[in-house]
Amino acid sequence: MRVIVVGAGEVGSNIAVSLAESHDVIVIDVDPEKVDELTYSNDILAIEGDGTSLETLENAGIAEADMLIASTDDDETNLVTCGTAKTVGGVFTIARTRNTNFFKTWTKSEDAFGVDFMVSTNLLTANDIVRVVGLPAAIDVDPFAGGLVQMAEFEVTAESEIAGQTVEEADKFEALTFAALVQDGDVVIARGQTRIEAGNRVIVIGSPESVQSFSRTVASPESSDEARNIVVVGGSDIGYHTAKLLEERGIEPRLIEQDADRGRELAEDLPGTIVLEHDATDTDFLVGEQIDRADAVIAATDSDEKNLLVSLLAQNIGVQRTVAVVEEGQYAGLFEAIGIDVAINPREATAEEIIRFTQKGQVENLSLIEDRQAEVLEIEVDEESVLTGRPIRECVTELPSDVVIGAVTRDQEFIVPRGETVIEPGDHVVLFVATDVLSPVMDLV
Amino acid sequence: MRIRVDWRVSCRLVGTILKWLWVPLLFPLGIALYDGTALLPFVLPILGTVLLGFGLEQLTDERDLRAREAFLMVSLTWLSIALVGAVPFLLAGEGTLAEPVNALFESMSGITTTGATVIVNFDRHSRAILMWRAVLQWLGGLGILVLATAVLSQLSVGGAQLMETESQTQDVNKLTPKISETAALLWKLYIGLTGLQVAVLYGLHLVGYAPEMTLYDAIAHAFTTIATSGFSPRGDSIAAFSPAVQWVIIPFMAIGATSFVLLYFVFQGNFDRLRNSDEFRFYVAILGFFSLGVGGMLFANGGPYTSLEEIARHAIFQVVSIVTTTGYASTDFNLWSAGPKHLLFVCMFIGGMAGSTTCSIKTLRWLVVVKAFRRDLFTAASPSAIRPVRLSGSVIDEETIRDIYAYTLVSLVFFILATIFVVLDASRVQLTVSEFEAMSAAAATFFNIGPAFGIAGPLESYEPFPRSTKLVMTFLMWVGRIEIIPVLVLLTPSYWQS
Repeated sequence: MRVIVVGAGEVGSNIAVSLAESHDVIVIDVDPEKVDELTYSNDILAIEGDGTSLETLENAGIAEADMLIASTDDDETNLVTCGTAKTVGGVFTIARTRNTNFFKTWTKSEDAFGVDFMVSTNLLTANDIVRVVGLPAAIDVDPFAGGLVQMAEFEVTAESEIAGQTVEEADKFEALTFAALVQDGDVVIARGQTRIEAGNRVIVIGSPESVQSFSRTVASPESSDEARNIVVVGGSDIGYHTAKLLEERGIEPRLIEQDADRGRELAEDLPGTIVLEHDATDTDFLVGEQIDRADAVIAATDSDEKNLLVSLLAQNIGVQRTVAVVEEGQYAGLFEAIGIDVAINPREATAEEIIRFTQKGQVENLSLIEDRQAEVLEIEVDEESVLTGRPIRECVTELPSDVVIGAVTRDQEFIVPRGETVIEPGDHVVLFVATDVLSPVMDLV
Repeated sequence: MRIRVDWRVSCRLVGTILKWLWVPLLFPLGIALYDGTALLPFVLPILGTVLLGFGLEQLTDERDLRAREAFLMVSLTWLSIALVGAVPFLLAGEGTLAEPVNALFESMSGITTTGATVIVNFDRHSRAILMWRAVLQWLGGLGILVLATAVLSQLSVGGAQLMETESQTQDVNKLTPKISETAALLWKLYIGLTGLQVAVLYGLHLVGYAPEMTLYDAIAHAFTTIATSGFSPRGDSIAAFSPAVQWVIIPFMAIGATSFVLLYFVFQGNFDRLRNSDEFRFYVAILGFFSLGVGGMLFANGGPYTSLEEIARHAIFQVVSIVTTTGYASTDFNLWSAGPKHLLFVCMFIGGMAGSTTCSIKTLRWLVVVKAFRRDLFTAASPSAIRPVRLSGSVIDEETIRDIYAYTLVSLVFFILATIFVVLDASRVQLTVSEFEAMSAAAATFFNIGPAFGIAGPLESYEPFPRSTKLVMTFLMWVGRIEIIPVLVLLTPSYWQS
């Protein structure tokens, strides 16, 4: 497949690098430095130019391209790029937008702007935040098989019940599979005798109920079972959508916004949210409003620094969990190192969503683990698959050892994968696969 | 001092309305012809009002209505129709209505849909004159809504607040792109509902459930039910008719006090608007709550009623009649004990839905007051919280809330001042009026309800009050109907000065 990526920022380069393994990738950017950097460090053709110009697109071979991904930081540029590309031919266009109005227009009329698939960064980020907040101690949660299966990543703290136990001892859940541990940044496949240490991260795949109950085991004893008392700081678009999604879940969140006019606007648009107009870095105010008793504080202002400060303040006064939005991708790790429970980077989420979409066809859905050291992917098995028609115990012998069968669904029902389970054609299987064995595994299944 | 208000424009438009008053006058004229009673009381006003109308139209060619002229126009329209409406009573010269102040009182009570009467003996009046009272009320019922839609909603000040709040929740202005079309739609709905009630009432008579309900009665009562106004050509009001008639009238009064915009959507088959209307639910809850309260007290007190059906009927009828500001009586509630009587008194301050034919403070305002107060309690505990007040999902702006608070407060102040006046004026002429009677008479006229308690009770008359009190009450009915603000604006010196 020939793919043109317009915009070599964080999102664009991430996508380009990821797709370059199996596709022809051409990147267009106005910044010559970024173009050079990509050309030298990857097997990618990089062109300097403006993606909204037909000439540049033609230079990049738009007529022969199968897919165009417009991923600059500017919404209008992305939309115009897609529109321009559509004038040439049948290329499939993907656009990244921040402004949710564009996304709303597009979902109502899918031909709008000449865009075939649109990723709304802010909405996507808000969704990620709400999923993570819904599970105590989770850092990452992704749904599979239409929500029947969940992949979740948890941080194991010293107070956690499973700290020091082996996987075998910790595995007390019917519909849950331990996929892997992340130890010092390395992904290790979970075996029965693998010991879970404090500071590790553990990746599990299972039914949403079992993941929910497992999360309670991982979480420290004083954390509440269900996060209901949630505070969103910052009335940014992400903050707004987070509050709205929480409202839809029947939670009445509190939202702190410093600007009076924006606060009023939010209060009018969010009937189920209590909007507070104040500076969230005022500790007296936070304690006065009993923010210290919140189950989670989500820092979603427009500034990374402020998000960090707010999260640290919140932790300082005793908030259970802090989630921070980090626009600058390279800070995300730093945030988590300092002690923020979850740092969510909208650009990374966007790149992941676009990569996920481009992989469609081969896999139903996927999730990237720890800088792409591993992937969790969902496939629909057919007659030819090595998994079909035999008990799992037998077919795993043909798969590389860095693969875990996490869950199986058949006719919209969850099936716990056991040694004797026989997978039938049409079943959906959620696999955990280390990236270095990805291609051979994909060939087999 | 230079006058900034172009009163000629207002008078010109009032003239345009007066010019057409001959059409409704034809109705009682027809009855007079049929009955062979005096024609002069109607022929003369027909000629007079047409001449007066044309005369006023000659004042100016300017037709552009600005805020100041609109206030004057609305106020003058009601006043001038009341004056013209009094002429047939004077000319007929029958009974108490032959007296000028009484005639004006009765006419103002009619056009403002109050329903307070000075008639002592109904037998002394011709059917044509009694029908004229009903026609006046029918005109007054929707007239205010149409005027408010057509005139006030185009202006964004003071008196338009009612329509402002409604346009936020009900999209009054958006029924059709043109206000004249909206007005025509409302009239069609109004005429249709009136026709339906005539058919039902006379139908009851034809099948034998309402022996007293002649075609004349059916028409006269339909005119004053949907208009929630309450004049009846019978001295006994609705108590003169069978229980079946009373039951039928209850829903029609309730419909008259329901927002016509909602009714319009219901007739379009769109019931969601009705279901999702916070105000409608509040209105129904109030009717239910007070009906249960009054019914429960009547049941507990034993009282004059023998069956549960009778208690239920009178409790529901009286509560609906007072809350909707209709003012019909199905029984002499003057004879009730203090408990249910006081509950009914409280009902006088409620009113029906905004955008209906009803008067008083109206459920929309009460609902906003309740919601805003609840919000204020919340923000008292949490000062940084921003909590907009919502009605049926949409946000009401703070300015409108302030207007509504102000209106409610001003109404209550008016009521208190009126009560004091009634007490003082009655004691001046040594008329015995208790405080409760005075309060209820002040509320019944100012909130356009009609019957009060005691001296001005449902089967009594306002005739015994001194002339000065009746004149003040005439003024109260006038201000109450046009929602105070236009008149108050007229009374401020700065309105007239530059």
